[in-house]
Amino acid sequence: MEDIEHIEKEMKLIKADGRRLDGRKADELRPVRIEAGVLRRADGSAYIEWGGNKVLAAVYGPREAHPRHLQDPARALVQCRYNMAPFSVSDRKRPGPDRRSVEISKVISEAFSAVVFKEQFPRTSVDIFIEVLQADAGTRCAGLTAASVALADAGVPMRDLVASCASGKIDGVVCVDLNKEEDNFGDADCPMAIVPRTGEIVLLQMDGHLTFDEFQKAMEMSIGATHRLYELQRDALRRRYSTTLEDILKESPPVPPPPMPESELPPPPEDDFGPEGI
Amino acid sequence: MQGSGSLRPIVIPGEAVGGPGLKPGPGTYSEGGQLFAAQLGIRNEQDGLVSVIPLNGRYIPQRGDAVIGEVTDLGASHWLVDINSPYPAPLHATESPWRVEFGDTARYLKVGDVIMAHVLSVDEIKRVQLTMQEHEARRLNGGMVMEISPTKVPRVIGKQGSMVSLIKDLTHCQIYVGQNGRIWLDGNDRDTAIAARAIRLIEERAQASGLTEAVRELIEGAQRETRGPRPS
Repeated sequence: MEDIEHIEKEMKLIKADGRRLDGRKADELRPVRIEAGVLRRADGSAYIEWGGNKVLAAVYGPREAHPRHLQDPARALVQCRYNMAPFSVSDRKRPGPDRRSVEISKVISEAFSAVVFKEQFPRTSVDIFIEVLQADAGTRCAGLTAASVALADAGVPMRDLVASCASGKIDGVVCVDLNKEEDNFGDADCPMAIVPRTGEIVLLQMDGHLTFDEFQKAMEMSIGATHRLYELQRDALRRRYSTTLEDILKESPPVPPPPMPESELPPPPEDDFGPEGI
Repeated sequence: MQGSGSLRPIVIPGEAVGGPGLKPGPGTYSEGGQLFAAQLGIRNEQDGLVSVIPLNGRYIPQRGDAVIGEVTDLGASHWLVDINSPYPAPLHATESPWRVEFGDTARYLKVGDVIMAHVLSVDEIKRVQLTMQEHEARRLNGGMVMEISPTKVPRVIGKQGSMVSLIKDLTHCQIYVGQNGRIWLDGNDRDTAIAARAIRLIEERAQASGLTEAVRELIEGAQRETRGPRPS
Protein backbone atom coordinates (compact mmCIF):
# COMPACT_ATOMS: atom_id res chain seq x y z
CA MET A 1 0.00 0.00 0.00
CA GLU A 2 1.33 3.37 -0.98
CA ASP A 3 1.46 6.20 1.45
CA ILE A 4 -0.75 8.95 0.06
CA GLU A 5 0.94 11.64 2.15
CA HIS A 6 4.29 10.58 0.82
CA ILE A 7 3.16 10.73 -2.82
CA GLU A 8 1.73 14.20 -2.43
CA LYS A 9 5.05 15.57 -1.26
CA GLU A 10 7.04 13.78 -3.93
CA MET A 11 4.70 14.55 -6.86
CA LYS A 12 6.46 17.11 -9.01
CA LEU A 13 3.86 18.59 -11.34
CA ILE A 14 6.12 21.06 -13.10
CA LYS A 15 9.25 19.69 -14.71
CA ALA A 16 12.63 21.42 -14.67
CA ASP A 17 12.03 22.95 -18.11
CA GLY A 18 8.90 24.67 -16.81
CA ARG A 19 6.58 22.33 -18.68
CA ARG A 20 3.88 20.22 -17.08
CA LEU A 21 3.90 16.42 -16.76
CA ASP A 22 2.09 15.96 -20.07
CA GLY A 23 4.44 18.40 -21.78
CA ARG A 24 2.08 21.35 -21.88
CA LYS A 25 2.97 24.93 -21.15
CA ALA A 26 1.07 26.74 -18.38
CA ASP A 27 -1.41 28.34 -20.77
CA GLU A 28 -1.83 25.37 -23.07
CA LEU A 29 -5.06 23.38 -23.40
CA ARG A 30 -5.31 19.64 -23.83
CA PRO A 31 -6.36 18.59 -27.35
CA VAL A 32 -10.10 19.19 -27.87
CA ARG A 33 -12.37 17.71 -30.50
CA ILE A 34 -16.08 18.55 -30.72
CA GLU A 35 -18.70 16.97 -32.92
CA ALA A 36 -22.29 18.19 -33.22
CA GLY A 37 -25.40 16.17 -33.99
CA VAL A 38 -24.20 12.71 -32.99
CA LEU A 39 -27.49 11.35 -31.60
CA ARG A 40 -30.50 10.77 -33.80
CA ARG A 41 -33.27 10.66 -31.19
CA ALA A 42 -32.32 13.82 -29.33
CA ASP A 43 -33.38 17.25 -30.62
CA GLY A 44 -29.76 18.34 -30.39
CA SER A 45 -26.56 16.61 -29.37
CA ALA A 46 -22.81 16.92 -29.21
CA TYR A 47 -19.79 14.84 -28.32
CA ILE A 48 -16.57 16.21 -26.95
CA GLU A 49 -13.16 14.69 -26.43
CA TRP A 50 -11.03 16.89 -24.26
CA GLY A 51 -7.74 15.32 -23.26
CA GLY A 52 -8.82 12.13 -21.50
CA ASN A 53 -12.42 13.29 -21.11
CA LYS A 54 -15.13 11.84 -23.29
CA VAL A 55 -18.53 13.43 -22.81
CA LEU A 56 -21.86 13.16 -24.62
CA ALA A 57 -24.49 15.88 -24.37
CA ALA A 58 -28.11 15.66 -25.51
CA VAL A 59 -30.80 18.34 -25.51
CA TYR A 60 -34.56 17.90 -25.67
CA GLY A 61 -37.09 20.63 -25.99
CA PRO A 62 -38.57 23.07 -25.44
CA ARG A 63 -41.06 20.40 -24.41
CA GLU A 64 -43.95 20.11 -21.99
CA ALA A 65 -42.58 20.41 -18.44
CA HIS A 66 -43.25 17.48 -16.14
CA PRO A 67 -44.25 17.28 -13.33
CA ARG A 68 -46.86 19.91 -14.11
CA HIS A 69 -46.40 21.87 -10.87
CA LEU A 70 -42.87 22.78 -11.97
CA GLN A 71 -44.17 24.66 -15.02
CA ASP A 72 -43.60 28.38 -14.96
CA PRO A 73 -46.37 30.33 -16.75
CA ALA A 74 -43.91 33.08 -17.68
CA ARG A 75 -40.82 31.24 -18.91
CA ALA A 76 -39.22 27.95 -19.76
CA LEU A 77 -37.32 25.86 -17.26
CA VAL A 78 -33.77 24.92 -18.06
CA GLN A 79 -33.08 21.55 -16.49
CA CYS A 80 -29.83 19.69 -16.56
CA ARG A 81 -28.67 16.26 -15.55
CA TYR A 82 -24.97 15.62 -15.27
CA ASN A 83 -24.15 11.96 -14.89
CA MET A 84 -20.96 9.96 -14.74
CA ALA A 85 -20.92 6.45 -16.15
CA PRO A 86 -19.80 3.80 -13.65
CA PHE A 87 -16.86 3.02 -15.93
CA SER A 88 -15.78 6.64 -16.41
CA VAL A 89 -13.23 6.53 -13.58
CA SER A 90 -10.68 3.93 -12.50
CA ASP A 91 -12.56 2.95 -9.33
CA ARG A 92 -16.07 2.01 -10.42
CA LYS A 93 -18.38 4.91 -9.63
CA ARG A 94 -21.56 3.88 -7.89
CA PRO A 95 -24.28 4.69 -10.42
CA GLY A 96 -26.90 7.32 -9.75
CA PRO A 97 -26.93 10.92 -8.63
CA ASP A 98 -24.69 11.84 -5.72
CA ARG A 99 -23.91 15.09 -3.94
CA ARG A 100 -21.31 16.08 -6.50
CA SER A 101 -23.35 15.40 -9.64
CA VAL A 102 -26.44 17.09 -8.22
CA GLU A 103 -24.35 20.18 -7.57
CA ILE A 104 -22.82 20.14 -11.04
CA SER A 105 -26.25 19.68 -12.62
CA LYS A 106 -27.49 22.69 -10.71
CA VAL A 107 -24.65 25.04 -11.62
CA ILE A 108 -24.73 24.00 -15.28
CA SER A 109 -28.47 24.54 -15.59
CA GLU A 110 -28.03 27.96 -14.02
CA ALA A 111 -25.27 28.80 -16.48
CA PHE A 112 -27.56 28.01 -19.40
CA SER A 113 -30.51 29.81 -17.81
CA ALA A 114 -28.51 32.99 -18.34
CA VAL A 115 -28.29 32.62 -22.12
CA VAL A 116 -31.46 30.81 -23.24
CA PHE A 117 -34.40 33.03 -24.27
CA LYS A 118 -36.70 31.42 -21.74
CA GLU A 119 -39.52 33.94 -22.16
CA GLN A 120 -40.23 32.67 -25.67
CA PHE A 121 -41.40 29.30 -24.39
CA PRO A 122 -43.61 29.69 -21.32
CA ARG A 123 -44.63 26.54 -19.44
CA THR A 124 -42.05 24.35 -21.16
CA SER A 125 -38.73 22.88 -20.18
CA VAL A 126 -35.46 22.56 -22.01
CA ASP A 127 -33.74 19.40 -20.82
CA ILE A 128 -30.00 18.96 -21.04
CA PHE A 129 -28.37 15.59 -20.44
CA ILE A 130 -24.65 15.31 -19.93
CA GLU A 131 -23.16 11.83 -19.81
CA VAL A 132 -19.53 11.50 -18.86
CA LEU A 133 -18.16 8.37 -20.51
CA GLN A 134 -14.56 8.86 -19.46
CA ALA A 135 -13.33 11.34 -16.90
CA ASP A 136 -9.92 12.96 -16.60
CA ALA A 137 -10.58 16.16 -14.61
CA GLY A 138 -12.53 19.08 -15.98
CA THR A 139 -15.64 17.09 -16.90
CA ARG A 140 -18.03 19.85 -15.89
CA CYS A 141 -16.29 22.24 -18.26
CA ALA A 142 -16.23 19.64 -21.02
CA GLY A 143 -19.89 18.81 -20.39
CA LEU A 144 -20.92 22.44 -20.41
CA THR A 145 -18.99 23.16 -23.59
CA ALA A 146 -20.59 20.16 -25.32
CA ALA A 147 -24.07 20.92 -23.98
CA SER A 148 -23.87 24.42 -25.38
CA VAL A 149 -23.18 23.00 -28.85
CA ALA A 150 -26.06 20.56 -28.36
CA LEU A 151 -28.40 23.43 -27.40
CA ALA A 152 -27.52 25.35 -30.55
CA ASP A 153 -27.91 22.14 -32.57
CA ALA A 154 -31.41 21.71 -31.11
CA GLY A 155 -32.33 25.17 -32.40
CA VAL A 156 -32.99 26.58 -28.95
CA PRO A 157 -32.86 30.40 -29.13
CA MET A 158 -30.01 31.70 -27.02
CA ARG A 159 -27.92 34.84 -26.64
CA ASP A 160 -24.63 33.11 -27.32
CA LEU A 161 -22.86 29.82 -26.90
CA VAL A 162 -21.31 29.20 -23.50
CA ALA A 163 -17.72 28.08 -23.34
CA SER A 164 -16.05 26.79 -20.23
CA CYS A 165 -12.57 26.01 -19.01
CA ALA A 166 -10.93 25.53 -15.63
CA SER A 167 -7.65 26.91 -14.42
CA GLY A 168 -5.78 26.30 -11.21
CA LYS A 169 -2.55 26.27 -9.33
CA ILE A 170 -0.03 23.44 -9.38
CA ASP A 171 3.33 23.61 -7.61
CA GLY A 172 2.58 27.27 -6.99
CA VAL A 173 2.18 28.02 -10.71
CA VAL A 174 -1.13 29.16 -12.19
CA CYS A 175 -2.05 26.86 -15.09
CA VAL A 176 -5.01 26.39 -17.37
CA ASP A 177 -7.05 23.18 -17.86
CA LEU A 178 -5.72 20.84 -15.16
CA ASN A 179 -5.58 17.11 -15.86
CA LYS A 180 -6.26 14.30 -13.39
CA GLU A 181 -2.85 14.34 -11.65
CA GLU A 182 -2.72 18.11 -11.49
CA ASP A 183 -6.26 18.23 -10.14
CA ASN A 184 -5.56 15.57 -7.48
CA PHE A 185 -2.18 16.82 -6.34
CA GLY A 186 -2.41 20.50 -7.23
CA ASP A 187 -3.18 23.39 -4.90
CA ALA A 188 -6.36 24.81 -6.47
CA ASP A 189 -8.84 24.24 -9.28
CA CYS A 190 -11.17 26.94 -10.52
CA PRO A 191 -13.72 26.05 -13.22
CA MET A 192 -15.28 28.94 -15.06
CA ALA A 193 -17.85 29.42 -17.84
CA ILE A 194 -18.29 32.59 -19.83
CA VAL A 195 -20.47 34.03 -22.54
CA PRO A 196 -17.66 34.79 -24.99
CA ARG A 197 -19.35 37.65 -26.84
CA THR A 198 -19.97 39.78 -23.77
CA GLY A 199 -17.46 38.27 -21.36
CA GLU A 200 -20.17 37.61 -18.76
CA ILE A 201 -19.30 34.90 -16.26
CA VAL A 202 -22.08 32.34 -15.84
CA LEU A 203 -20.25 29.77 -13.76
CA LEU A 204 -17.46 30.22 -11.27
CA GLN A 205 -16.37 27.73 -8.67
CA MET A 206 -13.17 27.16 -6.75
CA ASP A 207 -11.64 24.24 -4.93
CA GLY A 208 -8.52 25.12 -2.94
CA HIS A 209 -7.00 28.49 -2.32
CA LEU A 210 -5.76 31.23 -4.64
CA THR A 211 -4.54 34.68 -3.69
CA PHE A 212 -6.28 37.59 -5.34
CA ASP A 213 -3.43 38.05 -7.84
CA GLU A 214 -3.36 34.34 -8.63
CA PHE A 215 -7.11 34.34 -9.06
CA GLN A 216 -6.93 37.21 -11.51
CA LYS A 217 -4.22 35.42 -13.46
CA ALA A 218 -6.30 32.21 -13.47
CA MET A 219 -9.34 34.08 -14.68
CA GLU A 220 -7.40 35.70 -17.48
CA MET A 221 -6.10 32.30 -18.56
CA SER A 222 -9.55 30.70 -18.46
CA ILE A 223 -11.04 33.50 -20.50
CA GLY A 224 -8.30 33.13 -23.10
CA ALA A 225 -8.94 29.39 -23.24
CA THR A 226 -12.72 29.77 -23.55
CA HIS A 227 -12.26 31.95 -26.61
CA ARG A 228 -10.25 29.18 -28.23
CA LEU A 229 -12.98 26.69 -27.27
CA TYR A 230 -15.64 29.02 -28.64
CA GLU A 231 -14.01 28.78 -32.06
CA LEU A 232 -13.98 24.98 -31.81
CA GLN A 233 -17.67 25.00 -30.87
CA ARG A 234 -18.59 27.20 -33.80
CA ASP A 235 -16.50 25.08 -36.09
CA ALA A 236 -18.30 21.91 -34.94
CA LEU A 237 -21.69 23.50 -35.67
CA ARG A 238 -20.61 24.73 -39.08
CA ARG A 239 -19.24 21.30 -40.00
CA ARG A 240 -22.50 19.66 -38.94
CA TYR A 241 -24.52 21.67 -41.45
CA SER A 242 -22.24 21.79 -44.44
CA THR A 243 -22.50 18.26 -45.75
CA THR A 244 -22.80 17.95 -49.48
CA LEU A 245 -25.56 16.27 -51.43
CA GLU A 246 -23.22 13.43 -52.25
CA ASP A 247 -22.89 12.62 -48.56
CA ILE A 248 -26.64 12.71 -48.10
CA LEU A 249 -27.29 10.45 -51.05
CA LYS A 250 -24.72 8.00 -49.73
CA GLU A 251 -26.54 7.92 -46.41
CA SER A 252 -30.06 7.57 -47.81
CA PRO A 253 -31.37 4.01 -47.72
CA PRO A 254 -30.40 2.20 -50.92
CA VAL A 255 -32.99 0.39 -53.00
CA PRO A 256 -33.03 -3.26 -51.86
CA PRO A 257 -31.01 -5.36 -54.33
CA PRO A 258 -32.93 -7.90 -56.41
CA PRO A 259 -32.96 -11.37 -54.82
CA MET A 260 -30.00 -13.45 -55.86
CA PRO A 261 -30.79 -16.41 -58.13
CA GLU A 262 -30.79 -19.66 -56.18
CA SER A 263 -28.15 -21.35 -58.39
CA GLU A 264 -25.46 -18.78 -57.63
CA LEU A 265 -25.49 -19.56 -53.94
CA PRO A 266 -22.70 -21.90 -52.81
CA PRO A 267 -24.02 -25.40 -52.04
CA PRO A 268 -24.71 -25.85 -48.33
CA PRO A 269 -22.00 -27.83 -46.54
CA GLU A 270 -22.81 -31.50 -46.02
CA ASP A 271 -21.71 -31.56 -42.43
CA ASP A 272 -22.22 -28.44 -40.40
CA PHE A 273 -21.43 -29.79 -36.97
CA GLY A 274 -17.71 -29.02 -36.91
CA PRO A 275 -15.09 -31.14 -35.16
CA GLU A 276 -17.51 -32.33 -32.47
CA GLY A 277 -19.76 -33.95 -35.05
CA ILE A 278 -17.07 -36.23 -36.37
CA MET B 1 -25.04 16.86 -60.03
CA GLN B 2 -27.89 19.23 -59.39
CA GLY B 3 -28.65 20.23 -55.84
CA SER B 4 -25.04 20.34 -54.74
CA GLY B 5 -24.88 24.10 -55.22
CA SER B 6 -23.11 26.27 -52.69
CA LEU B 7 -24.69 26.67 -49.29
CA ARG B 8 -25.53 30.02 -47.80
CA PRO B 9 -23.39 30.77 -44.76
CA ILE B 10 -24.62 29.49 -41.44
CA VAL B 11 -24.90 31.83 -38.48
CA ILE B 12 -24.37 30.62 -34.95
CA PRO B 13 -26.05 32.03 -31.82
CA GLY B 14 -24.20 35.15 -30.72
CA GLU B 15 -22.91 35.96 -34.19
CA ALA B 16 -23.38 39.56 -35.39
CA VAL B 17 -25.94 39.69 -38.20
CA GLY B 18 -26.43 43.43 -38.68
CA GLY B 19 -25.67 46.90 -37.46
CA PRO B 20 -27.79 49.95 -36.70
CA GLY B 21 -30.60 50.79 -39.10
CA LEU B 22 -31.71 47.20 -39.45
CA LYS B 23 -34.65 45.75 -37.60
CA PRO B 24 -34.43 42.50 -35.63
CA GLY B 25 -36.70 39.80 -37.04
CA PRO B 26 -37.41 36.25 -35.90
CA GLY B 27 -34.34 34.35 -34.71
CA THR B 28 -32.40 37.49 -33.86
CA TYR B 29 -32.06 39.92 -30.96
CA SER B 30 -30.65 43.38 -30.61
CA GLU B 31 -28.24 44.62 -28.00
CA GLY B 32 -26.66 48.05 -27.98
CA GLY B 33 -27.79 48.83 -31.54
CA GLN B 34 -26.23 45.66 -32.91
CA LEU B 35 -28.16 42.63 -34.12
CA PHE B 36 -27.13 39.10 -33.20
CA ALA B 37 -28.34 35.65 -34.17
CA ALA B 38 -30.35 33.89 -31.48
CA GLN B 39 -30.56 30.61 -33.31
CA LEU B 40 -28.46 28.40 -35.51
CA GLY B 41 -29.63 29.12 -39.02
CA ILE B 42 -29.35 30.99 -42.26
CA ARG B 43 -29.22 34.78 -42.28
CA ASN B 44 -31.95 36.45 -44.29
CA GLU B 45 -32.42 40.16 -44.96
CA GLN B 46 -35.55 41.68 -46.45
CA ASP B 47 -36.54 45.38 -46.48
CA GLY B 48 -34.23 46.19 -43.57
CA LEU B 49 -35.54 43.31 -41.48
CA VAL B 50 -32.92 40.76 -40.56
CA SER B 51 -34.05 37.28 -39.58
CA VAL B 52 -32.44 33.92 -39.06
CA ILE B 53 -34.16 30.96 -40.68
CA PRO B 54 -33.61 28.21 -38.13
CA LEU B 55 -32.15 24.88 -39.18
CA ASN B 56 -33.68 23.01 -36.30
CA GLY B 57 -36.20 23.49 -33.54
CA ARG B 58 -39.59 22.61 -32.14
CA TYR B 59 -42.92 23.65 -33.61
CA ILE B 60 -44.41 26.62 -31.79
CA PRO B 61 -48.07 27.06 -32.80
CA GLN B 62 -49.16 30.28 -34.48
CA ARG B 63 -52.66 31.47 -35.27
CA GLY B 64 -53.92 30.25 -38.62
CA ASP B 65 -51.40 27.41 -39.04
CA ALA B 66 -52.67 24.26 -40.68
CA VAL B 67 -51.60 21.34 -38.52
CA ILE B 68 -51.91 17.57 -38.54
CA GLY B 69 -52.73 16.26 -35.09
CA GLU B 70 -53.45 13.04 -33.34
CA VAL B 71 -56.31 12.79 -30.86
CA THR B 72 -54.86 11.82 -27.47
CA ASP B 73 -57.79 12.29 -25.09
CA LEU B 74 -61.53 12.88 -25.07
CA GLY B 75 -63.51 15.26 -22.90
CA ALA B 76 -67.27 15.68 -22.65
CA SER B 77 -67.16 18.64 -25.03
CA HIS B 78 -63.64 18.64 -26.43
CA TRP B 79 -60.82 16.53 -27.77
CA LEU B 80 -57.20 16.87 -26.77
CA VAL B 81 -54.94 16.82 -29.80
CA ASP B 82 -51.19 16.25 -29.99
CA ILE B 83 -49.85 18.68 -32.56
CA ASN B 84 -46.15 17.88 -32.13
CA SER B 85 -45.49 20.99 -30.07
CA PRO B 86 -44.65 21.58 -26.40
CA TYR B 87 -48.21 22.72 -25.79
CA PRO B 88 -51.37 20.58 -25.59
CA ALA B 89 -54.02 21.66 -28.10
CA PRO B 90 -57.71 21.23 -27.28
CA LEU B 91 -60.32 21.13 -30.03
CA HIS B 92 -63.69 22.22 -28.69
CA ALA B 93 -66.82 20.46 -29.92
CA THR B 94 -68.24 23.74 -31.21
CA GLU B 95 -65.16 24.14 -33.41
CA SER B 96 -65.67 20.75 -35.04
CA PRO B 97 -67.53 20.38 -38.34
CA TRP B 98 -70.20 18.26 -36.64
CA ARG B 99 -73.09 18.91 -34.28
CA VAL B 100 -71.81 17.15 -31.19
CA GLU B 101 -74.10 16.40 -28.28
CA PHE B 102 -72.55 16.97 -24.84
CA GLY B 103 -70.66 13.83 -23.85
CA ASP B 104 -70.91 12.34 -27.32
CA THR B 105 -67.43 13.32 -28.60
CA ALA B 106 -66.32 9.69 -29.03
CA ARG B 107 -68.82 9.23 -31.87
CA TYR B 108 -66.89 11.62 -34.09
CA LEU B 109 -63.22 11.32 -33.13
CA LYS B 110 -61.55 8.58 -31.10
CA VAL B 111 -58.18 8.44 -29.45
CA GLY B 112 -55.60 7.75 -32.16
CA ASP B 113 -57.54 9.42 -34.97
CA VAL B 114 -55.54 11.80 -37.11
CA ILE B 115 -57.02 15.13 -38.11
CA MET B 116 -56.16 18.08 -40.25
CA ALA B 117 -57.05 21.21 -38.28
CA HIS B 118 -56.12 24.87 -37.92
CA VAL B 119 -54.84 26.85 -34.99
CA LEU B 120 -57.72 29.08 -33.90
CA SER B 121 -55.85 31.08 -31.30
CA VAL B 122 -52.68 31.22 -29.24
CA ASP B 123 -52.52 33.54 -26.23
CA GLU B 124 -49.51 35.06 -24.51
CA ILE B 125 -48.98 32.06 -22.26
CA LYS B 126 -49.25 29.82 -25.33
CA ARG B 127 -52.65 28.33 -24.62
CA VAL B 128 -53.65 26.88 -27.95
CA GLN B 129 -57.09 26.27 -29.40
CA LEU B 130 -57.79 24.36 -32.58
CA THR B 131 -60.61 24.64 -35.10
CA MET B 132 -61.91 22.38 -37.82
CA GLN B 133 -64.21 24.97 -39.36
CA GLU B 134 -61.98 25.67 -42.36
CA HIS B 135 -62.97 23.77 -45.47
CA GLU B 136 -59.78 21.69 -45.78
CA ALA B 137 -60.04 20.47 -42.17
CA ARG B 138 -61.00 16.83 -41.90
CA ARG B 139 -60.39 13.51 -40.26
CA LEU B 140 -57.65 11.72 -42.20
CA ASN B 141 -58.47 8.10 -42.96
CA GLY B 142 -55.87 5.66 -44.24
CA GLY B 143 -52.56 6.76 -45.68
CA MET B 144 -49.49 7.38 -43.58
CA VAL B 145 -48.14 10.22 -41.48
CA MET B 146 -44.47 11.13 -41.51
CA GLU B 147 -42.71 13.64 -39.33
CA ILE B 148 -40.06 16.07 -40.47
CA SER B 149 -38.35 18.96 -38.74
CA PRO B 150 -40.95 21.78 -38.58
CA THR B 151 -38.30 24.25 -39.75
CA LYS B 152 -38.13 22.46 -43.11
CA VAL B 153 -41.87 22.71 -43.82
CA PRO B 154 -41.61 25.86 -46.00
CA ARG B 155 -39.15 24.04 -48.28
CA VAL B 156 -41.40 20.99 -48.59
CA ILE B 157 -44.28 23.27 -49.58
CA GLY B 158 -42.15 25.43 -51.88
CA LYS B 159 -43.07 28.77 -53.40
CA GLN B 160 -46.88 28.87 -53.70
CA GLY B 161 -46.88 25.14 -53.05
CA SER B 162 -44.68 24.37 -56.05
CA MET B 163 -42.64 21.63 -54.39
CA VAL B 164 -45.53 19.73 -52.88
CA SER B 165 -47.51 19.90 -56.13
CA LEU B 166 -44.49 18.56 -58.00
CA ILE B 167 -44.38 15.54 -55.69
CA LYS B 168 -48.15 15.13 -55.94
CA ASP B 169 -48.04 15.22 -59.75
CA LEU B 170 -45.12 12.82 -60.12
CA THR B 171 -46.24 10.25 -57.56
CA HIS B 172 -50.04 10.64 -57.84
CA CYS B 173 -50.22 10.76 -54.06
CA GLN B 174 -52.57 12.80 -51.97
CA ILE B 175 -50.46 14.91 -49.62
CA TYR B 176 -51.28 17.26 -46.76
CA VAL B 177 -48.46 19.21 -45.13
CA GLY B 178 -49.00 20.54 -41.63
CA GLN B 179 -47.00 23.50 -40.36
CA ASN B 180 -46.11 21.33 -37.36
CA GLY B 181 -43.88 19.10 -39.46
CA ARG B 182 -46.36 16.28 -39.92
CA ILE B 183 -47.11 15.19 -43.45
CA TRP B 184 -49.95 12.90 -44.42
CA LEU B 185 -49.51 10.85 -47.59
CA ASP B 186 -51.97 8.57 -49.33
CA GLY B 187 -51.48 6.61 -52.51
CA ASN B 188 -50.33 3.15 -53.53
CA ASP B 189 -47.49 1.64 -51.54
CA ARG B 190 -44.70 2.23 -54.03
CA ASP B 191 -45.63 5.83 -54.77
CA THR B 192 -46.05 6.66 -51.09
CA ALA B 193 -42.60 5.25 -50.38
CA ILE B 194 -41.07 7.29 -53.20
CA ALA B 195 -42.86 10.45 -52.08
CA ALA B 196 -41.63 9.86 -48.52
CA ARG B 197 -38.06 9.53 -49.79
CA ALA B 198 -38.41 12.73 -51.80
CA ILE B 199 -39.61 14.55 -48.67
CA ARG B 200 -36.69 13.18 -46.68
CA LEU B 201 -34.34 14.52 -49.37
CA ILE B 202 -35.92 17.95 -49.12
CA GLU B 203 -35.58 17.84 -45.36
CA GLU B 204 -31.90 16.94 -45.56
CA ARG B 205 -31.06 19.36 -48.36
CA ALA B 206 -33.39 22.18 -47.36
CA GLN B 207 -30.78 24.89 -47.89
CA ALA B 208 -29.42 23.71 -51.24
CA SER B 209 -30.10 25.44 -54.52
CA GLY B 210 -31.56 23.44 -57.38
CA LEU B 211 -33.57 21.36 -54.95
CA THR B 212 -36.59 21.05 -57.24
CA GLU B 213 -34.48 19.40 -59.91
CA ALA B 214 -32.85 17.05 -57.38
CA VAL B 215 -36.30 16.01 -56.17
CA ARG B 216 -37.56 15.44 -59.70
CA GLU B 217 -34.47 13.37 -60.45
CA LEU B 218 -34.89 11.29 -57.31
CA ILE B 219 -38.55 10.53 -57.96
CA GLU B 220 -38.09 9.71 -61.64
CA GLY B 221 -35.00 7.63 -60.89
CA ALA B 222 -36.80 5.69 -58.17
CA GLN B 223 -39.77 5.10 -60.44
CA ARG B 224 -37.51 3.79 -63.20
CA GLU B 225 -35.68 1.49 -60.82
CA THR B 226 -38.81 -0.04 -59.35
CA ARG B 227 -40.71 -0.45 -62.58
CA GLY B 228 -39.19 -3.90 -63.32
CA PRO B 229 -40.39 -7.18 -61.83
CA ARG B 230 -41.05 -6.77 -58.14
CA PRO B 231 -39.18 -9.01 -55.70
CA SER B 232 -41.83 -11.21 -54.17
